[in-house]
Amino acid sequence: MVLEPERYELAAGPAYRFEVDRREFVKLLGGGLVVLVARAAPAQESGTRGGAAGSPPREIGAWLHVAADGTVTVYTGKVEFGQDIRTSLTQAVADELRAPLGTIRLVMGDTDLTPFDQGTFGSRTTPFMAAQLRQAAAEAREALLDLAAARWSVDRAALDAREGEIVHAAGGRALGFGQLTQGQALVRTVAADPSPTPAARWTVAGRSIPKVGAREIVTGRHRYTSDLTRPGLWHGKVLRPPAIGATLSALDTGGVDAKRVSVVHDGDFVGVSAPTEAEAALAVGALKAQWKTSPQPSDAQIFEYLRNAPLEAREGDGRGAGAAASGSAERARAAAPIRLEQSYTVAYIAHAPLEPRAALAEWQDGRLTVWTGTQRPFGVRAELAEAFRLPEEKVRVIVPDTGAGYGGKHTGEAAIEAARLARAAGHPVKLVWTREEEFAWAYFRPAGVIDVKSGARADGTLTSWEFHNYNSGAAGIRTPYDVPNQTVQFHPARSPLRQGSYRALAATANHFARETHMDEIARAAGVDPLETRRRNLKDVRVRAVLDAAAERFGWTRARTPGHGHGLAAGTEKGSYLATCAEVQVEPGGAVRVRRLVTAFECGAVVNPEHLRNQIEGAMVQGLGGALFEAVRFADGLVTTDRFSRYRVPRFSDVPELDVVLVDRKDLPSAGAGETPLVCVAPAIGNAIFDATGIRLRALPLVPSGLPRPEPAL
Amino acid sequence: MARLELQVNGVSRSVDVDGERSLLSVLRDDLDLTGSKYGCGEGQCGACTVLVDGRPTRSCVTKAASVGGRSIATIEGLEQGGRLHPIQTAFAEADAMQCGYCTPGMIMEAVALLRRKPDPGPPDIAHALEGHICRCGTYDRIVRAVRRAAVTTKGGAG
Repeated sequence: MVLEPERYELAAGPAYRFEVDRREFVKLLGGGLVVLVARAAPAQESGTRGGAAGSPPREIGAWLHVAADGTVTVYTGKVEFGQDIRTSLTQAVADELRAPLGTIRLVMGDTDLTPFDQGTFGSRTTPFMAAQLRQAAAEAREALLDLAAARWSVDRAALDAREGEIVHAAGGRALGFGQLTQGQALVRTVAADPSPTPAARWTVAGRSIPKVGAREIVTGRHRYTSDLTRPGLWHGKVLRPPAIGATLSALDTGGVDAKRVSVVHDGDFVGVSAPTEAEAALAVGALKAQWKTSPQPSDAQIFEYLRNAPLEAREGDGRGAGAAASGSAERARAAAPIRLEQSYTVAYIAHAPLEPRAALAEWQDGRLTVWTGTQRPFGVRAELAEAFRLPEEKVRVIVPDTGAGYGGKHTGEAAIEAARLARAAGHPVKLVWTREEEFAWAYFRPAGVIDVKSGARADGTLTSWEFHNYNSGAAGIRTPYDVPNQTVQFHPARSPLRQGSYRALAATANHFARETHMDEIARAAGVDPLETRRRNLKDVRVRAVLDAAAERFGWTRARTPGHGHGLAAGTEKGSYLATCAEVQVEPGGAVRVRRLVTAFECGAVVNPEHLRNQIEGAMVQGLGGALFEAVRFADGLVTTDRFSRYRVPRFSDVPELDVVLVDRKDLPSAGAGETPLVCVAPAIGNAIFDATGIRLRALPLVPSGLPRPEPAL
Repeated sequence: MARLELQVNGVSRSVDVDGERSLLSVLRDDLDLTGSKYGCGEGQCGACTVLVDGRPTRSCVTKAASVGGRSIATIEGLEQGGRLHPIQTAFAEADAMQCGYCTPGMIMEAVALLRRKPDPGPPDIAHALEGHICRCGTYDRIVRAVRRAAVTTKGGAG
């Protein structure tokens, strides 16, 4: 079983260093002006390749091309699957280059055309890729100014770049970027400089620009992977085992018309392809397979299981991440007047992106091209190269803008399956996972158990903090509160289900445990939960969002009868947030979330409307995991394998959403697509306690309403 | 296999299909109208929604053979002579999407709603769209977009 606790933390470096032949670029792109961004491979990204004597390794992070017709094409290995980075990166380039938005086109996630990129995850696009593209664009602008100065024999200082032109105001003349690059074959390289342009100097960024590509989406013209076709296309289907861990013992293909259908039986992999999807489905249904199954844990025992299934230590398992040890948590706790000890659990949940995993694979002259919706095009290229024993340069992965991922599309299952079927069929093959396959055979957000022990003075000031997370991960495990005596540790476990990244990773689980526990300390001390947090917080950025959320929410306001108020705060991936929740508990025990207020600070805001969209969306996604989402499984089989069995938030679940943006133009922009999710669950749980006195310590909180309160004795 | 005449976006299309095929698969694979999406195959997510004689219909659970001769409208037929339908414009302007995969189904359902009820309030809109999933969670924005479209077309009361 593959354990992927925090993929981005244990990611190895790229398989090779990109050696750029400058002439190749000009040939490839057809003249004009090319700017390459060379970045030092950062230590955490370079893996085992670093450490050689001399200068740090450099690799190309992005490139940009200004063509003779004025078109600006930007090449980045990042991919778009709903975070709106196609828009925000276009804004960054427009800003620096002084080019109209409409002249800029992004080529994303194509391993033949774009530079190596680890993948689109970890909220890294805005802090890292946007900064690199800004530099490429700034260098292009300088090169265009040089060209114009030379052409007109004037001082560069007399020239201005604006709206896609270099303007010589004194001479009353102007030339378009395209005209200036006509007949040129210029290549410039710029070293990535970690200091981004201050937001105070932005002109296009910092504003709400509508989504680039929205017209293609509202007309249905945009082609996701699952919409693609190729001449001679066949359709694939894979035979899934009856349970996790099952092995194939016999296969009878007698029911399949071998003249119409291609069958692949390779180890435990069985799949078919046929000219139509209907024929493929029919054929896979006609296969008679015998499987050998082995006993598997069920969801009923999962937390006991995880606590007692430690993973053998190995490099890159993430167990050291976030660990803290200071003072003596045990001694301080023994002396504390308030002592609490509680356990919290989170269930496995499914990403359930609306576009399931899909791939279209085509072999031609020993080269393999795969279109697929993945967050790691280069990672999937490596998976394909390994699976088919090909050098990576014989494999091309192209990622069309994708129907969402949320951390769930890091791997290349569908790509490998489609490629295997295509090789056997001698046709391009498209494979689109069914919803049932997506629910049962993708990977999940890890389940986990978190044990917290704390000690506090009578006024709620923390003196001791001990925090152990089993299996869910290390992201967001550190407390932002000031506690002199701390032990914090992540314990990787053997997960019976395949698990991996999920939007915000374990920060959701860790914030749930910590912020619920903070509420319990506040109640034990008899101090208001907001005040308890403030007493323990020095971090001014957390304090600022906490105060902003409380103010907008009206924290001190009287409660409506039957309603409860809760709050939670935190920080993760360079962003800071606080969420307040108002819930209503109906007499039958049904919980309705009426209002969520999130104050969010991620440095300088790049696109306020799209940031709001991300925060709102994360709150809604967080609501599902908070209230009712859970993967159920028994005997090695996922039973929540369709939307009628796995409930996700719908229109009627959405409360009033209020977003307070704290725009810090003096601070670099952090990524923001993930973090706004992490305080939703504890805020709601704390609000339920406020309304009912019932403390819920398991996610999901109320999959089937509130438990009946125990009768008073 | 049987020959089937389908009226799609005002055009008569002739396809050879066996009786069990879904309308969604015929639209996507035979007619290359891929704007209607597969999301679940059980009529739970709404991504495959098209209009059959004006009624929103889950094409993934509708047999193609059952809609022969009836008028089918898909997302591809909404734009007229390069002009977007007001609901399409409203979705784009309100940023009522993230990944966009649910958008065509949402728009088709909203088209039917505004024909039926030209001036729906936000609760009417949410109720009509309850059978659609937006996993990115842009529900509020979708309600606002439909409301905006109602206002900009004649039906809206402001």
